[in-house]
Amino acid sequence: MAGPPLFAGERKPAARPSATITLEFAQVSIAFEEKQLLEGISFRLHRGETKAIFGVAGSGKSTLLKMALGLLKPDSGRIFVLGEEITSLGEDELFELRRRVGIVFQESALFDSLTVRENVAFRLLEEGQLPDAEIEERVREALSFVELEHTVDMYPSELSGGMRRRVAIARTIITHPEVLLYDSPTGGLDPVTSNTIIELLVKQRDVYQTSSLLVTHRLQDAFTMGTHYFDRAANQMRPLPAGARAGVPMSFAILRDGHIIFDGNLKSLRETGDAYIQEYIS
Amino acid sequence: MELLSPADWAKQQVKSVQDYTIVAARSISSLFSPPHYFGDTTQQADLIGFGSLPIVVLTGFFTGGALAQNSADTLKRFGSLTLIGQLVSLGMVRELGPVITGLMAAGRNASGMASELGSMVVTEQIDAMRALGTDPMKKLVTPRVVSTVFMLFFLTIISDFFGVAGGGIVSAFLFGVDWHQYWSTAWQILVFQDVFLGLAKPVLFGFIIATIGCYYGISARGGTQGVGRATTQAMVTSSILIIMVDFFVTRLTMTLFGQ
Repeated sequence: MAGPPLFAGERKPAARPSATITLEFAQVSIAFEEKQLLEGISFRLHRGETKAIFGVAGSGKSTLLKMALGLLKPDSGRIFVLGEEITSLGEDELFELRRRVGIVFQESALFDSLTVRENVAFRLLEEGQLPDAEIEERVREALSFVELEHTVDMYPSELSGGMRRRVAIARTIITHPEVLLYDSPTGGLDPVTSNTIIELLVKQRDVYQTSSLLVTHRLQDAFTMGTHYFDRAANQMRPLPAGARAGVPMSFAILRDGHIIFDGNLKSLRETGDAYIQEYIS
Repeated sequence: MELLSPADWAKQQVKSVQDYTIVAARSISSLFSPPHYFGDTTQQADLIGFGSLPIVVLTGFFTGGALAQNSADTLKRFGSLTLIGQLVSLGMVRELGPVITGLMAAGRNASGMASELGSMVVTEQIDAMRALGTDPMKKLVTPRVVSTVFMLFFLTIISDFFGVAGGGIVSAFLFGVDWHQYWSTAWQILVFQDVFLGLAKPVLFGFIIATIGCYYGISARGGTQGVGRATTQAMVTSSILIIMVDFFVTRLTMTLFGQ
């Protein structure tokens, strides 16, 4: 793997004492067609932390991410992103905030009529504030992060499922967001490709200390993230010794029947006495 | 399919009208606030305008020809075959040109917009666009509305011309009407009200085609089946609305201008 690029104008998250919580859900509920999907959801995501949210299919994981980005409005409750309450913001105000929050969709959601270059550069091209040469440089850097520089002139339909996810990650990180939301980034992928994606997530977490919310139904992905770190010198993901795992900025939450029934670290997840959770993680 | 109570059905219809009104209103209001997508508008104008040209020319030509054939027998009975140019010209410019062009454009473009935007919805591309800080209404809907209104105006003029030409060829070759007489009567009969009515309609039809196509597209739900349903609904609804609006605009113009 190529070394993680130092992006032009690389920005580290500001260490503001008042902004240690990047994302907060407070008693959030949402229903669709009279079916209560999520009820009283509350959790916090701290700066630099990755929180994996598990749940069976249809448990509201993707809905939760869309609410975090303001793509869906909750019926009740409050959502704070980077210190700002987004539930009361209009779409135009949300556009500003979304520059600091990125999302990788479940099926990549690449624009199929645009090339990889145009997809990755989409936000920068729309903003129109950077010269073409700088945009090209940023695109190359983002694609080199996901090791797909050679696909720059290809269309999404010419890429494999795993490559599309990686391009989607490149598109998301090109503006160096402070919070990243991953919607089942390994769903439907083979184990080898899934591992490549997880390695990119670990790399993003450990190299750029980006706060992330990862929703998935694949336990092994989140456990890999909780038990590995990215070795920048060797440029690869490595397992952590058992005693060092507590230092990984990783937490876990489990959704069941519209509620969060667990929110804690890997150790407490393994030690919980809840029968459902035990069965879920076994 | 789930059966709805009459009350729920009525609520659903009212909500659909409300949602459509919001889409239509935002497609206009987006014109007055940046960013403006001139490139996308030009691209859509090319797709909608030049892409529709062959079908508009063909349908216009044969509609004019058919109108001439149907009118000739009746006019002959009254010894007024020389009026055929006037009849075809008035029929095409006031009514058939705009309506046929509108229906053709609805069949081709309203369904195209619904399927394109519907596919983007079900593959989360619209959500991705919003997540990347771009307003889909400004980027996708407004350029389609502007370019459809603009291009349908000119397509209708082309359709009118080819319709009158088609009528002229049929009149000259099948019924022996003098070609020059046909054109001079066809031209002279037209007054301001006729041209105004004939060119006001495509503006409204263009707006209907684009807003209905985009509305059904961005409202698409339920995967590929939902996209298919949206495509059909867009075409059917826009066609019906074109015919209905045509009736009311004609009535309104006749009331205003006393014809």
